[in-house]
Amino acid sequence: MATASQIFTMLFATPVIPAALVGLVWGVIGGALPGLSASVTMALILPFTYALDPVSAIVLLASVYIGAEYGGSIPAILIRTPGTNSAAATVIDGYELKRQGRAGEALGVSLWSGVVGSLFGLFTLIAFTEPFSRLALAFTPMSYCALGVLGLSIIASLSGGSLLKSLAAGLVGMMVATVGIDPLSGVNRFTFDLPDLLGGVKPIMAMIGLFAVSELMRQSGGVDLGAQAAAGVRIVFPSWPMMKRLFKPQGIGCGVGLMEGLLPGGGGSVAAFFSYNEAKRWSKHPEEFGKGSVEGVAAPEAANNTVASSSLIPLLSFGIPGSNSAAVLLGGLLIHGLIPGPRLFEQNADVVMGLYVGSFIAILAQIPVGLMILPACMWMVNRPRPVLAAFVFLLVMSGVYSLNGAFFDVALVMGIGFLGWLMAKGGYPFLPAVLGVVLGPMVESNYRRSLLLSGGEHDIFLEDAIAVGFFVAAFFFLAYSLWRERMDARAANLKEA
Amino acid sequence: MSVRLTSLACAAAILACCAQAQAQTYPNQAITVIVPYAPGGNTDVVGRLVAEPMSNILGQKLVIENVAGAGGTTGSLRASRATPDGYTLLVGQMGTHAASVGIYQNLGYDPVKDFEHIGQLSDTPIGLLVRKNFPAQDLKSFIEMIKAAPDKYNNGHGGIGATSHVSCILFTALIGARPPMVAYRGSGPAFNDLLSGQYDFLCDQIPHTVAHVKAGGVRMLAIATPERSDALPDVPTTTEAGLPAFQASGWNALFAPRGTPQPIVQVLNAALRKALDEPATKNKLESIGAIPPRAENRTPDGLRAFVASEIQKWAPIMKAANVDAPR
Repeated sequence: MATASQIFTMLFATPVIPAALVGLVWGVIGGALPGLSASVTMALILPFTYALDPVSAIVLLASVYIGAEYGGSIPAILIRTPGTNSAAATVIDGYELKRQGRAGEALGVSLWSGVVGSLFGLFTLIAFTEPFSRLALAFTPMSYCALGVLGLSIIASLSGGSLLKSLAAGLVGMMVATVGIDPLSGVNRFTFDLPDLLGGVKPIMAMIGLFAVSELMRQSGGVDLGAQAAAGVRIVFPSWPMMKRLFKPQGIGCGVGLMEGLLPGGGGSVAAFFSYNEAKRWSKHPEEFGKGSVEGVAAPEAANNTVASSSLIPLLSFGIPGSNSAAVLLGGLLIHGLIPGPRLFEQNADVVMGLYVGSFIAILAQIPVGLMILPACMWMVNRPRPVLAAFVFLLVMSGVYSLNGAFFDVALVMGIGFLGWLMAKGGYPFLPAVLGVVLGPMVESNYRRSLLLSGGEHDIFLEDAIAVGFFVAAFFFLAYSLWRERMDARAANLKEA
Repeated sequence: MSVRLTSLACAAAILACCAQAQAQTYPNQAITVIVPYAPGGNTDVVGRLVAEPMSNILGQKLVIENVAGAGGTTGSLRASRATPDGYTLLVGQMGTHAASVGIYQNLGYDPVKDFEHIGQLSDTPIGLLVRKNFPAQDLKSFIEMIKAAPDKYNNGHGGIGATSHVSCILFTALIGARPPMVAYRGSGPAFNDLLSGQYDFLCDQIPHTVAHVKAGGVRMLAIATPERSDALPDVPTTTEAGLPAFQASGWNALFAPRGTPQPIVQVLNAALRKALDEPATKNKLESIGAIPPRAENRTPDGLRAFVASEIQKWAPIMKAANVDAPR
């Protein structure tokens, strides 16, 4: 264990503090720009780490990751566009709150929940890396398949109306996810001989199309274009009673985020949706979810910020990145001659300690940095609607173009946006479609991988205790949702009668 | 006639002077280096390690742009169609410039004809890894077991066309057995499942496996290079272990679009060779388990011949294995 004097020396003899602050600010900005994912934001700053010592370089990259995970929530709340994949669940209630003129409250809750989630993730990273790292190895392709099925079962509780329409939307999402080269067989699926479709449709494209572009289309068809957007003007940091109310959804977010971060392939977006669903289930006010619930912002934000730290556990222990962002951090470690794995903690203890200390500084700095950046964002979204709509359109389309530097992607997102507009007209919810895009590949590839491992025998799923547990949970989720829908329908009928 | 000849000679002389002048002023802006894989992977890391000293030598920044997708062929195709002015380069590798020829029916580019070859960046040895509790203790008994019951043992890999995929196809073709292959999204998840014993064996580039082999999480039966690795000196080579034909490495090399002026190619090649000779670059490459390339492959002509030989080596194997991703 490092002594206080070692930490003191590190803080003041190396540029750890500036690295943490610069990384955080850059991360928040990158995360807030739609299309610029956390991993790309990190990759853009990677060349600047060459000149730094290994400790500062890793702190810089980790701080960008922390900042980007938080930054993604800002456009999710203000312009209905998740800045990163993992902020998709924040859109649900964050944007509803903004529409009610409570954007300041939503931004305050997301900032506070981000800090809580990041601190929890860092604590587990420091205290439990050794025992938790083994969990990553306990997850088999069968477990991942079952986890994906459990995630898809959330569709039932996100229906908010017709379960049939939700399932249809989910299927559309899963179909979109099959586009591109099949990673298992190499066969092209639904690519129509277009080279631009070989890489598939990235989840962030589907999210931007469904959430942002469809909303812009809806607003463009409205009659109140001259009206000022109502977003409020002041950041409302949670009061003590509010903090107490947020404790439960944040706890759920932290727990789910920890689990997902440990699993390579889990990722922040899955964690955010899971925690949203669980926060709704255990809330005293489940009826507020989807209509502007602060708990619906707190849970996913705590979850995706926890993932930013907990995904470093399998990375540092095994050299296995739990997310794309962790893969960039792995690249940063390798470039500086640091090999993650069991020996990193012995041979490069100073780097590991620096990572902990630098991350802690970046997390605490989230509050002042957030409070400085948010008023400018609030000012922007309070411009007249036509100006705001044009700005948002420019912002998201430049973000989409920057993904691959291809105009094809811009056209694709416009097409998805039109589909979203049609879905909204027909009363089909977007969220199941987003879940389908995110979880479809996880279920499909792990299902097929499991059967390859077993020689085609489905018994392999029953032999895996974790998989069985997830399947049973998914079954109960679905059964409960169907039962509740039937009860709600009966109650509505009785009321009418 | 003589007037025509004189005109042609003058035109040629002017062109040569222009090209020379271009080379003298080159580079006067930042150079984009396309890495056709996601950030953080082996190709990305090698590309960045070499781009940094090359930036210092050339006096202009080499900016990495990750254009991932379709097994690295999307970024390679884009690079092949870029303006050949020396300001767009590509870090290609064994998958994009050799195995892909045997995988894709319509690749969209010819790895030999559609690029100017600048020089090889690194060689990354490939090792044959088994789960830690696999019964066979050496390559010979491992091969016997696989041949006796090929359907009983699973081979994991990082996806169609990945180095881990094509190198194990070579291995299984050489021993005449075809165990079931289980594809993952990248060699990281594939290695994770070997570590937890979900399947039996994996052919992978050694950099990210070294720490686990030393810690006993997985076992490496042989390394598919002529010499032993300094990082794992106890692991025998395939020649020592009885399968000398199994030679494979995941190389990376620097390319420019076809038509890039030769003087510019020479400038880039000189900068690359100087960068590779720097002790810091050499140490960094070796620290991730990569090997600096052989002298002959550091030249444009040497690399062109090497790529052609790699296509000859890998394409028939991939075609025979019927790994087919029609485009």
